[in-house]
Amino acid sequence: MSSIKIELRQEDLNKIHEICDSFNNEPLELINILHRTQEHFGYLPAEVQEAIADKLNISTAQVYGVVTFYSFFTMTPKGKHPISICMGTACYVRGAEKVLDEFKKELAIQVGQTTPDGKFSLSSLRCVGACGLAPVVLVGNKTYGRVAPDDVKVILKEYE
Amino acid sequence: METIKITIDNKQVEVEKGTTILDAARKMGIDIPTLCHMRLDDLNIENKPGGCRICVVEVQGRKNLSPACITKCDNGAVIRTHTPRVMNARRTVMEFILSDHPKDCLICPKSGTCDLQDMAHRLGIREIPGQEIAAMSTYRKDTSPSIIRELDKCIMCRRCEMMCNDIQTVGAIGAFNRGFMAAVGPAYEQNLEYSPCTYCGQCVAVCPTGALTEVDHTRDVLRAIVDPAKTVVVQTAPAVRAALGEEFGMKPGTLVTGKLVTALKELGFDYVFDTDFAADLTIMEEGTEFLNRLKKFLNGDKNANIPILTSCCPGWVNFFEHNYPDLKDVPSTAKSPQQMFGAIAKSYFAEKININRKDMVVVSIMPCLAKKYESQRPEFAVDGNPDVDYSISTRELANFIRQANIDFVNLPESDFDRPLGESTGAAVIFGNTGGVIEAAVRTAYVLYTGKKLNRLDFTELRGMEGVRQATIDFDGFPLNIGIAHGLGNARKLLDEVKAGRSKFHAIEVMACPGGCIGGGGQPLHHGDSSILKARAAAIYEEDRNKPIRLSHENPYIIQLYNEFLGEPNSEKAHHLLHTHYFDKKAKIIVKQ
Ligand code: SF4
Ligand code: SF4
Ligand code: SF4
Ligand code: FES
Ligand code: FES
Repeated sequence: MSSIKIELRQEDLNKIHEICDSFNNEPLELINILHRTQEHFGYLPAEVQEAIADKLNISTAQVYGVVTFYSFFTMTPKGKHPISICMGTACYVRGAEKVLDEFKKELAIQVGQTTPDGKFSLSSLRCVGACGLAPVVLVGNKTYGRVAPDDVKVILKEYE
Repeated sequence: METIKITIDNKQVEVEKGTTILDAARKMGIDIPTLCHMRLDDLNIENKPGGCRICVVEVQGRKNLSPACITKCDNGAVIRTHTPRVMNARRTVMEFILSDHPKDCLICPKSGTCDLQDMAHRLGIREIPGQEIAAMSTYRKDTSPSIIRELDKCIMCRRCEMMCNDIQTVGAIGAFNRGFMAAVGPAYEQNLEYSPCTYCGQCVAVCPTGALTEVDHTRDVLRAIVDPAKTVVVQTAPAVRAALGEEFGMKPGTLVTGKLVTALKELGFDYVFDTDFAADLTIMEEGTEFLNRLKKFLNGDKNANIPILTSCCPGWVNFFEHNYPDLKDVPSTAKSPQQMFGAIAKSYFAEKININRKDMVVVSIMPCLAKKYESQRPEFAVDGNPDVDYSISTRELANFIRQANIDFVNLPESDFDRPLGESTGAAVIFGNTGGVIEAAVRTAYVLYTGKKLNRLDFTELRGMEGVRQATIDFDGFPLNIGIAHGLGNARKLLDEVKAGRSKFHAIEVMACPGGCIGGGGQPLHHGDSSILKARAAAIYEEDRNKPIRLSHENPYIIQLYNEFLGEPNSEKAHHLLHTHYFDKKAKIIVKQ
């Protein structure tokens, strides 16, 4: 563990311990443990990484290394309306990148970030299996198909 | 031993099965360039991530070039190490590495001793294609009390990560991010200061570039010397005299004690003293403390805190404060020799020459980077005035000597000043792993048994094995000694102590592999462990040549107790020469 101040609520700490225990506190299961923890908390803040390192008796630097190595882990909380843009091959060739750029511009954030008001966050995905609708955008649980850059403003309006 | 036959550069050779191409070539005197690979033979330290690909060679029948450092030789293999194709590939690799590297050589602290700079030169790189368009990855510079991290200069060889995790088991730093933005550092890219770093400096000792270097205090020292109002006192640690010569092209293992003293006098220090004096003092204090604990222990006292652990290595102190705070009463309370020296210089000696401690500046020359941090610990200051003002490394001193245009190799020899310059052979061996405990055994034996020692060389305590043990006959009582160097090895012994399973009465720990001769502030070994062995031998040679080899026979130590301290472990001695330790382990606080 490092010597920054770590504060956690008892129930969150219990949850982390429960997840680690379910993998026998095995350091080799770190990736799976992080997955499950992120599923629960939505993201992996420093406090959570510290608690996992402490429980597994490994260094926080090691945990942080894994969190930053894999793009599916994130240290920032998702927005109230998480936006995901599919970057799979079909979506990509049909202009997903332009759509993504438009979201970046409209929200003034990068992939992996959340707007300061906590409303929207931006991420990219691999093929979501709806290639017929490419390019595909997900907002929360809602799916938008055949999205063009011009649609971005309209979509965002729905959530105002 | 199963052997195989291979051909390298048209020469046939027989090697042991499993040998890498790199090792086979080296045995034949063929120099394949390497960057990320590093091995210290006798210390079981090896880094081979196979990452940089500078070492590629051509193996007949293989389509791709193979990295020599991780490729094992096949029987009958035909290998060529310097074909045009290989040379071309190496230059491409190098150009790629340099395209994301600052061109700061002019003011880089590593300039002249940098492996990357050497390689660029060796491969004849003159320009870096694509430089104008490519952006470089940039990181914030991090300055801690001992170490500066400039990750812009990191080439991801991961040697530091290996040292910190596998050898030291500290885990202060690790690789983060991927691809272009990958680097090695503490969690959340925070400063080293907020990590469990011990400042052992072993990462600095192996970093091939200027990404990890020590905080340089030579400018402050120069200012103090120039200031006429200051009396500047210098102390030099045992391991320095066995390594400094290397910086001036002298053979590793050359003792330069006398030249070192002359150089320090020429640099303008007012008094040139020896940390060895304080090492003798450490033996008096720690030895007495040990015998007191041992008596209690033999009387059946469960709280006697046996085994005693040595406390003269500040890297090791940081380690147990972070990792074993529940054992913080077990190490000796004796300060390190550096701090004992500072405390005595600014009290006893300041009184003797009749000056105020505020007008005295104490500088230490150390093989060590942890000593920089140690000298800044608040408990080692009086009203904000530190006992040791500046701690500079062997490397910094070498630079300082070069700046002063001193012809080091041809310097005449001189003697340390008195009284704090007199020392014994027991103090000199503090520089080697096993040396502190050997010095302690010599004096403790005499004090415990009341008898004369019939031998002074306890060879069973010497060597490079990571964990060692020996039993010394204390006139019928078998005294069990444990020794560890490298913090991963220390951890093994500490876990036994923690579990109540340790059979030792006393344990010596040194944070750095080899002890201080392999310290993080020493001239760079560039992966050659024979250099460390030569230094260790030089230290034992200096011990043999000393007229007095027992700490308690040092006449100036006897005088110090008579005139000033009274007895070892007296109240005054406690006040000046002992310390206490802190629980630095991070704790998870439960929010209400
Ligand atoms: S100084 Fe020692 S403990 Fe600190 S990062 Fe370097 S190797 Fe790790
Ligand atoms: S900081 Fe130095 S030792 Fe560590 S990975 Fe970078 S270049 Fe290698
Ligand atoms: S072994 Fe010596 S050089 Fe290394 S940290 Fe300890 S005191 Fe410093
Ligand atoms: S590529 Fe986007 S849904 Fe398949
Ligand atoms: S030295 Fe072989 S890959 Fe780096």
